[in-house]
Amino acid sequence: MTKKLSEIRNFAIIAHIDHGKSTLADRLIQHCGGLTDREMREQVLDNMELEQERGITIKAQTVRLMYTAKDGIEYQLNLMDTPGHVDFSYEVSRSLASCEGSILVVDASQGVEAQTLANVYQAIDNDHEIVPVINKIDLPAAEPDRVQQEIEDVIGIPADDAVHASAKTGQGIEELLEAVVTKLPPPREGDAEAPTKALLVDSWYDPYLGVMILVRVIDGYLKKGMKAYFMGTKAAREIDRVGIFGPKPTMVDALGPGEMGFITAGIKDISETLVGDTITEERKRCEKPLAGFKPSVPMVFCSLFPTDNGEYEKLRDSIGKLKLNDAALHYEPENSQALGMGFRCGFLGLLHMEIIQERLDREFDLDLIPTAPSVVYMIHKTDGTIQELYNPVDMPDVVKIKEIHEPWINATILTPDEYLGGLLTLCEERRGVQIDLTYAGERAMLKYKLPLNEVVFDFYDRLKSISRGYASFDYELAEYAKGDLVKMEVLVNAEPVDALAMVVPRDQAERRGRMLCERLKDLIPRQMFKIAVQAAIGGKVIARETISAMRKDVTAKCYGGDVSRKRKLLEKQKKGKKKMRQYGNVEIPQSAFIAALKMGDE
Amino acid sequence: MFGIYIHWPFCASKCPYCDFNSHVRQRIDQHVWADAYTREIEHYAALTKDKIVTSVFFGGGTPSLMEPDTAATVIAAIRKHWPMANDCEITLEANPTSIEADKFAGFRAAGIDRVSVGVQALNDADLKFLGRQHSKDQALRALDIARNTFDRYSFDLIYARPNQTPQAWETELREAMNYAGGHLSLYQLTIEKGTPFYTQYSRGDFSIPTNDEGGELYEITQRVLEDHGLPAYEISNHASEGQQSRHNLTYWRYYDYVGIGPGAHGRLTIDGNKVGTRGHRAPEIWLDKVAKNGHGSHPYEAIDTDQRFAEMLMMGLRLREGIKLSRFTEETGQSLDTYIPQTKFQSMIDEGYITLTDTTITATQDGRQRLNGLLSYLLA
Ligand SMILES: Nc1nc2c(ncn2[C@@H]2O[C@H](COP(=O)(O)OP(=O)(O)O)[C@@H](O)[C@H]2O)c(=O)[nH]1
Ligand SMILES: C[S@@+](CC[C@H](N)C(=O)[O-])C[C@H]1O[C@@H](n2cnc3c(N)ncnc32)[C@H](O)[C@@H]1O
Ligand code: SF4
Ligand SMILES: [Mg+2]
Repeated sequence: MTKKLSEIRNFAIIAHIDHGKSTLADRLIQHCGGLTDREMREQVLDNMELEQERGITIKAQTVRLMYTAKDGIEYQLNLMDTPGHVDFSYEVSRSLASCEGSILVVDASQGVEAQTLANVYQAIDNDHEIVPVINKIDLPAAEPDRVQQEIEDVIGIPADDAVHASAKTGQGIEELLEAVVTKLPPPREGDAEAPTKALLVDSWYDPYLGVMILVRVIDGYLKKGMKAYFMGTKAAREIDRVGIFGPKPTMVDALGPGEMGFITAGIKDISETLVGDTITEERKRCEKPLAGFKPSVPMVFCSLFPTDNGEYEKLRDSIGKLKLNDAALHYEPENSQALGMGFRCGFLGLLHMEIIQERLDREFDLDLIPTAPSVVYMIHKTDGTIQELYNPVDMPDVVKIKEIHEPWINATILTPDEYLGGLLTLCEERRGVQIDLTYAGERAMLKYKLPLNEVVFDFYDRLKSISRGYASFDYELAEYAKGDLVKMEVLVNAEPVDALAMVVPRDQAERRGRMLCERLKDLIPRQMFKIAVQAAIGGKVIARETISAMRKDVTAKCYGGDVSRKRKLLEKQKKGKKKMRQYGNVEIPQSAFIAALKMGDE
Repeated sequence: MFGIYIHWPFCASKCPYCDFNSHVRQRIDQHVWADAYTREIEHYAALTKDKIVTSVFFGGGTPSLMEPDTAATVIAAIRKHWPMANDCEITLEANPTSIEADKFAGFRAAGIDRVSVGVQALNDADLKFLGRQHSKDQALRALDIARNTFDRYSFDLIYARPNQTPQAWETELREAMNYAGGHLSLYQLTIEKGTPFYTQYSRGDFSIPTNDEGGELYEITQRVLEDHGLPAYEISNHASEGQQSRHNLTYWRYYDYVGIGPGAHGRLTIDGNKVGTRGHRAPEIWLDKVAKNGHGSHPYEAIDTDQRFAEMLMMGLRLREGIKLSRFTEETGQSLDTYIPQTKFQSMIDEGYITLTDTTITATQDGRQRLNGLLSYLLA
């Protein structure tokens, strides 16, 4: 039986990372009997191995709870756990768009952090009612009253009736469930008689069930056997399963107005499903599709090459498998002279990039060389066209470039006062423009505009080390702006090393070029020939180092008639040469480039 | 050219830099060894019937520890099985301790006409560091006896020793010119895996000249010896005209040679096919194999034409004279450019590492000095 709208609550849980979102969700599930104590595993919703290990939720998860409230009515609560990290704000926004309210979890000892703000603003943008929860009140360092004040001061939402809870001890859970029922609104619309209209919230591949589609029904019903019509992809498919997560997948007869759940429709490939699509009934279609979502745009790019060139095929298959469940991952083949065959990949952000690299390493046992991350530049050309530049290697000739535009972000940093100085310096070094500096109690809230390019590298690590881990950081993409940028190339014996090309601010080019050349001088072994290592902008050399030829390289001692030994040495070298790259006469071990890339930018 | 190499695998003591197949034994039964050599010679002679021997080389180890009678037996066995060229060269490696120097006349009588004396250094401190059992004076005396006993003699020095400055080496070389005959071998010290020096060096007990310093020492060597009429005919070997070691030229010109004894290597052409032979290294095992099978060799290694080409190039480019292009066709049936494209040579020619004429390919001095890199560029 489907529920009346008034007996349904759809809500998301949002929080800064580690404030206890997943633990709290588990507690709610347990309280509502979704799992027996024995089945209760820590953080049931984070089911990806990596998610559990790093304690971060990557994909949104949903679960249906049945809760009998104090008013005697049994409510259907559809809870969505959202990813906490800024990289996945796109997924957050999707989850939020399919709910009417949010539980905002704030750690009673940490207070409001950068992602608390970012997420809460998104929830407000989606017209959500918000129930603040001050979690971890069991901790000795908990200061619920201070945090309550902070929520009002910094975020600007009333918090006098915030729920005080401990996801660890279970304290306040009942109270929280009551607040969900009484303070959050039921679905705003929903007509059981109207043609079916449902939102395709997310989809993923399940090895047993095929492609599973997470849906939120607006009008009408989704039922097994019904011929569904996907308005965006214009595909008709028969629904073969209808179910909910409780949290275990459980089949139901139908999903009605306001409800959330999943369907399967014999789809093998998630590329056939479009997140944000509208699902209706083939015979009785609804008139207008839902607004849907903007597609996710990758913001950070890097290339991935297998250390062993023989593993290219394996890399291709592995990325393909990850892509199955990660629509935000973009990739296309790339052929680098320095590093061989690989892929240029686009990610939502740095964490996303790191997670993909780690999964390739861990789940597919691939040893990879990642190039330095880069952003998407807009090249305004003299002929009036604009080229999106995903890889510095593809930069057009300087004479064809009128302007280069780069993406900027609005960054929010919350930090204890004592680290403010260091963080200001960091932002200034990274070409930041200060927008605002305010205080929330003893903590400073900094707002900066920063070029994304300056952030993709090691900004987050630096921020954490300057603040001993206390500062938090979040950002949203702002706009593109013209920059004084140049493409810097590294040349070995006058031939460009594609993997080392980068876009840099003109006034930093010389320093970085010099550094890179010096580094390569140390990394490239001396050879038969003199090797010139140069950094250049548009053909003009800005830094150079020379690696002189080996003065002597010959085995002096006589081995008498033992020719085989020497020949075998050469034969072995020949095998080793697969890992060498030819620049003119010179062979450079791939390892030198890898090391240059790994050393980062000190 | 066709040479016979005889390996004597024993030394009075082991030098800490040396990784040659040499062993220290309390008692060595010379008769047993003479018999074993004789048998193995018989075995290889059967495989190389049509050959004329142009050189014999007793190497080691320390073959001057052999009894002259043992050498005489071996030479007699060789004479019995192969025709010998009139000018056949018969060399013995000798250590310059007084015991051995006093045996030189005996070796002369046994048929040896050339000695190569391991002097290694011309000061007692360095001789001690190198673990040698002789002093400088003893070495000079041995050279005197050699000069008076044999038609031809040579001696070895090891350079690029710890803390050896270019000035010190040049002075030592100039002194060496006073004692030199028509031939000299000058080897740069190599730290070989598995030797005591390897451990000590890795541990940082001593350091050796850097690549640049080693290069400078090599260049000094070339200059001084050239001035004294002993130009390098091979990377580490110098001789006046006509005084080159014919036996070693056989290796470098890639002609056949038989290897007799423990750990000895050979290259033989049998019915047009090249095989590599390699004796068991342990003296006792080798003796055992010979007793059982008539030879102490591992199974022969087939050397295909690509490998023949590579070996010929590797060996030949060590020589100042280079390689006659006709030798490639003779050896492999195909010309040089079927193995290595002309473009590849061109950059080496441009760099001044190689010269290529219609008849000959040669590594220049700069090229020979960087031969490892050159070969790996060409072959690997
Ligand atoms: N003491 C205490 N620890 C908690 C509480 N809630 C969560 N934690 C711990 O805080 C850490 C982060 O929790 P998690 O649910 O993964 O946070 P999320 O990143 O917001 O999902 C984990 O180690 C939890 O065990 C709580 O109420 N009290
Ligand atoms: C077969 S060895 C020794 C001959 C003889 N037993 C002797 O020690 O005089 C021939 C020569 O190789 C050289 N040699 C041996 N080991 C060497 C090393 N590690 N580095 C450079 N030269 C070496 C020495 O000059 C030595 O005289
Ligand atoms: S250098 Fe000569 S004496 Fe010394 S161990 Fe080697 S072979 Fe024997
Ligand atoms: Mg979590």
